[in-house]
Amino acid sequence: MSTPQPPMPQTAAPAWQAAPGYTSPIPVVRTHLGHAIASEWTKIKSVRSTMWTLGVFVLLVVGIGLLTGLIVAGQDADLGGESPLTLGFFGLLLGSMCIMTLGVLTTASEYGTGMIRTTTVACPSRARVLTAKAVVFFLIAFVVTLVSTTLVGFAHVALLEGSGAKDPSGGEWLKGTVGISLYLALLGTLSLAVGSIIRHSAGAITIMIGAVLAPLVIALFMFSSSLQDVQQALFEYSIPNQMSIFYANSLSESGPSGWDPLWIMLGVTAVTLGGAFALLEKRDV
Amino acid sequence: MIEAVGLTKRYGDKTAVYNLSFQVRPGAVTGFLGPNGSGKSTTMRMILGLDNPTAGHVTIGGYPYRKLPNAPRQVGALLDAKAVHGGRSARNHLLSLAQLSGIPARRVDEVLGVVGLHDVAGRRSKGFSLGMGQRLGIAAALLGDPQVLLFDEPVNGLDPEGILWVRNLMKALAAEGRTVFVSSHLMSEMALTADHLIVIGRGQLLADMSVKDFISANSADFARVRTPDTEPQQREKLSAAITEAGGHVLPEQDGALRVTGLPLPRISDIAHDADVRLWELSPHQASLEEAYMRMTQGAVDYRSTADQKAGLQQPLPPGAQPPMPVPGQGQPGWYAPPPPQQGGQPSAVPQGAPQAPAGPYAAPGAPAANPYAQPAPQGQAPQAPQAPAAPPAAPPTVPTASDVTKPEDAR
Repeated sequence: MSTPQPPMPQTAAPAWQAAPGYTSPIPVVRTHLGHAIASEWTKIKSVRSTMWTLGVFVLLVVGIGLLTGLIVAGQDADLGGESPLTLGFFGLLLGSMCIMTLGVLTTASEYGTGMIRTTTVACPSRARVLTAKAVVFFLIAFVVTLVSTTLVGFAHVALLEGSGAKDPSGGEWLKGTVGISLYLALLGTLSLAVGSIIRHSAGAITIMIGAVLAPLVIALFMFSSSLQDVQQALFEYSIPNQMSIFYANSLSESGPSGWDPLWIMLGVTAVTLGGAFALLEKRDV
Repeated sequence: MIEAVGLTKRYGDKTAVYNLSFQVRPGAVTGFLGPNGSGKSTTMRMILGLDNPTAGHVTIGGYPYRKLPNAPRQVGALLDAKAVHGGRSARNHLLSLAQLSGIPARRVDEVLGVVGLHDVAGRRSKGFSLGMGQRLGIAAALLGDPQVLLFDEPVNGLDPEGILWVRNLMKALAAEGRTVFVSSHLMSEMALTADHLIVIGRGQLLADMSVKDFISANSADFARVRTPDTEPQQREKLSAAITEAGGHVLPEQDGALRVTGLPLPRISDIAHDADVRLWELSPHQASLEEAYMRMTQGAVDYRSTADQKAGLQQPLPPGAQPPMPVPGQGQPGWYAPPPPQQGGQPSAVPQGAPQAPAGPYAAPGAPAANPYAQPAPQGQAPQAPQAPAAPPAAPPTVPTASDVTKPEDAR
């Protein structure tokens, strides 16, 4: 460690008696959300866990996507006029775990490390910090998912050209790239809100993975016919099924369709984020 | 200027801070003292808007912290040096804080230089030592060049050079007209750094006064007088003369006299009139540590106890002495002794504080009524192997009133 020098040369004692109070030469600016966003951008890109989770996400989405594409193309199977974009679903289903993890870590890791106290002292407006986190995370998650799904989409279309797959329409392209990316980014933002409410990384990640998997698993074992409706609803509204709707291969014919999953997720995320804001303002850090 | 009015914080049914009112003025270093669990950190957290007070309010420059416009440009705080994301480099950590409050990025390198972390700015703070983490925390506090600074245990883990630096830094910051509020358990550090003290115990205000006043209100200053060892009758003569003149004399272990209630010149005059030669006549002021111990002795929540190792020790061979406990370890009254009570002296011992037998906290080797040692040696070996000059073995022979330690030795 190098020698620290006393930073303030003027230690003359009588100075303060004449003029109590101190004015900094550094200009004071009025801070706004933009400052918080810049700060959160620095934070999120300067930790390794971001690179790791996003790296694994891209690896899963692109890797599994290409793999399924190659397998299907190698089997000379006839897709019977189905959209080739559908094959991107499997990678994305696994990749969603990474997005949820990153979302939780964005908020909850500050509690785990104590950084939240430093942050809150530096910006007493807690809502601004959470907003900045949500904005930065949402954009990152959206862009990364969009790039990955588009890449995989083009690869699938190219690979399966001769397998009887139809050329995806503009609407299908939009849903299979922008739509699913918005959905995943919202799912991640929901995780971010849950992380802010739970304030514990492992706990929040568990809750989110449970929220994704539990409805399917529970529905799987609902054999009783009197529970048929419940089972059906659990299937239809489970997050994996909602995701598959963007590729138009839902588990069932009824239930949400088209862009419905996006609105559902938007509503859930908005409510949860609202709860996170309310708790953040009220609770002690 | 920090101003707390009736500050109260309850966690469930536990009251951490109760009805605390104080002011921290600019241009001085204000020390914030109190035993573990007395509510210091909670108070600091309420000042910084991290915790909402259950009752009362605290303002900085007239605003509650959360209402301050661009708070980090007005208040800098070191709360907990480990309150950083360990995976982030020191520079990025500071950069994110600078961006949050619109501070130019070059200021980051400036403060990194100030705290001496320039060479490790790119390293992840996970690998930092306690002292390096502390320096990083101080850098974060200085980042906004604020008018009000709060430091919670700033010298924790720093090397001696760092401690000296922090001491000078605090003084320099205060000399520039800033408000500096420092909590610490290092009394010797506070005695050198602070101008003013706020002392709390069990969440309530115990004292709000200057360091000098605090010491003189909570301890007895005295003069040490030594007459020639070769002539004990001179000592008796002087004792009588001083008592006659209204002073109080307490004999010390090594034959010196401890005089209270008379100024030094007067003692000299009395000695001269009594025709007694003096080998020593020296003023002694009690230490901040002693004064603090005395004030907070009733408000300590977490008191150590002796490590009994019950049932785990080999039985002692017959006739052997059990080992003496280390002085000060786990005894109910191991803090500094009460000041001499024989009139004349100000004594601000909080009511209810036990006038316990003296323990040798402040003075290793001072005579000590050691409750730990009382039963065993007397039952087993009526004649302790050591002469009465050996401190811990002879508690009953020294009456409590004269059983005064030497607080100046702690300095």
